[in-house]
Amino acid sequence: MAEMNAPLVRVAGLSRYFDVSAPWLNRVLDGQPRLILKAVDGLDFEINRGETLALVGESGCGKSTVARLVVGLYRPSAGSIVFDGVDMAGLGGRAEMAPIRRRLQMIFQDPFASLNPRWRVSAIVSEPIRAFRLLDDERLIVERVGQLLRQVGLSPVDGEKYPHEFSGGQRQRISIARALSSQPEFLVCDEPTSALDVSVQAQILNLMKDLQRQLGLTYLFISHNLAVVRHIADRVGVMYLGRLAELGPAKTLFQLPRHPYTRMLLDTIPDLEMTGRQRTPVAGEVPNPINPPTGCAFHPRCPFANDRCRSERPEAKLNDTGSTTACHAVEEGRLPAGPLPQAA
Amino acid sequence: MALLEVEHLRIEFPTRRGTLVAVDDVSFALAEGEVLGVVGESGAGKSLTGNAIIGLLEPPGRIAAGEIRLSGRRIDNLPYEEMRKIRGKQIGAVFQDPLTSLNPLYSVGQQLIETIQTHTDLTPTQARTRAIELLAEVGIPGAERRVDHYPHQFSGGMRQRVVIALAICVNPRLIIADEPTTALDVSIQAQIIALLKRLCRDHGTAIMLITHDMGVIAETADRVAVMYAGRVAEIGPVRSVIKEARHPYSHGLMGSIPKISDSKDRLEQIEGSMPRLTEIPAGCAFNPRCPQVFDRCRVERPDLMDAGDTRASCWLYAHG
Repeated sequence: MAEMNAPLVRVAGLSRYFDVSAPWLNRVLDGQPRLILKAVDGLDFEINRGETLALVGESGCGKSTVARLVVGLYRPSAGSIVFDGVDMAGLGGRAEMAPIRRRLQMIFQDPFASLNPRWRVSAIVSEPIRAFRLLDDERLIVERVGQLLRQVGLSPVDGEKYPHEFSGGQRQRISIARALSSQPEFLVCDEPTSALDVSVQAQILNLMKDLQRQLGLTYLFISHNLAVVRHIADRVGVMYLGRLAELGPAKTLFQLPRHPYTRMLLDTIPDLEMTGRQRTPVAGEVPNPINPPTGCAFHPRCPFANDRCRSERPEAKLNDTGSTTACHAVEEGRLPAGPLPQAA
Repeated sequence: MALLEVEHLRIEFPTRRGTLVAVDDVSFALAEGEVLGVVGESGAGKSLTGNAIIGLLEPPGRIAAGEIRLSGRRIDNLPYEEMRKIRGKQIGAVFQDPLTSLNPLYSVGQQLIETIQTHTDLTPTQARTRAIELLAEVGIPGAERRVDHYPHQFSGGMRQRVVIALAICVNPRLIIADEPTTALDVSIQAQIIALLKRLCRDHGTAIMLITHDMGVIAETADRVAVMYAGRVAEIGPVRSVIKEARHPYSHGLMGSIPKISDSKDRLEQIEGSMPRLTEIPAGCAFNPRCPQVFDRCRVERPDLMDAGDTRASCWLYAHG
């Protein structure tokens, strides 16, 4: 095991491309070119032990692809994912992955789709224990399942029920119990509360925070909801078209956002405090990721774009607030620190 | 006179195991040009209430009691054909998923022209001109060209604009918008909210905005109704309900919403979950989860009563 101060997860140059070309025959007959979708394109970040890194962005920005890459459901096209000193991209087959698999688990968005409807809850929760041969004695497994169910706020007798007997929030608790059953250190949560009502979302977020404190868990939290991210994350990465626009401590990022896209996002979320406030919605939409704009991908929607932004892709640079920002305007200091002026 | 009056509305679903009451004794009114937000969790009955108003309640669901009046005229018991004339002409509808509201086999222009011609006497040429005007009004760039495009050629946000154009094409006096921004990204959501607000201001259209997103309501609505287990828990001016909700449920609901502006360590949480329709408790439906429950709540059902600036159905505000 690497030393305790080192980040638990270190991602460098992570990329994942998907081939979305037409079938070979159509390409040949119609002379169509190959089409490559760069879902994730050169991401660098680290996650320290016991902290929560959240990735936010609009649909199609690649955040869920990152989650799937980090748990090994996709293989990266380029770059490395180092988990506690071991490069996961370099691991060969299932056997080499297994010891790492136990230590990282995933929680999915839809608690209706991620639980097998024909299995009892006890079988669902104990599956990782059996798969990784953590306990042999049946009696100990039952005991452990009961303990896990209690830990997520359910009762040991719930183990006898089937998933359809539970509400959405309770099902998400079952997913969490299953994820915890292999005693992982690292949980990747892909929109874990997006399918839930707000009052249930509050219960699940509180539960996740409590478990993190009790068990020293590290989270990678994927969400499109900035308010949820503000609540749960220590550090936040804002993604746009497969790249990180800005990455920094949650507090700084929300109080002193630098990247024009971060500012735009913060400006557009409806917040309870904004009653009657006149917002200036930003024009435009996320461009097609198959054919992203040249230079900085955000330039068509950015009020500060100039010729350099249109031609040269900005690299992530550390700025004075302690966050890294990939923006020419921030780097050159031609961006006012105050609120975003209205987009044309 | 209020534009829309809903009185003692009750929606039932007959099932083999007995009749389920999905909406129970719901009353509210909507004035001309007013935006009423309706919030609540899944299953609270907010969409059913909206569907009942536009006469699109799916069988076996039925209105078992109560009245719905539009400009004083009763519309809940109209024959199908007559309701069809009101729907579209006087009440427009915007639903959550723009793809299911649009016919994929017709261009958006054809769909707009058909709706316009159904409800007005315009010639095909005039209707087409009007369709282009409408697309431009809802902020679709290059409307003259886009009018001949099919729904799949539009992005999600643009499709929702087309649906809004369809809803407003014959200047209805009321729009029922059921989760109009839920399927959209935040930046697009902001654009659609701004659009709805502008339409409301320019045309004096009243909007019943059904959503689970309190943030959207906070920005858009004048008044808000909080629904719980088929009943209105609280109704009042949006600012009062958000800042000082009187009903313990709406109060808990506001506290459970994460906010950008302040980062609390823990969110307030309401224990438990909303009861199923088959298991609605006696008395106040919220009593098993209520932190301020007392004996009366368990036996007697509260109706809406004055509670500060709002009206809440909670015995805490019973006088005498």
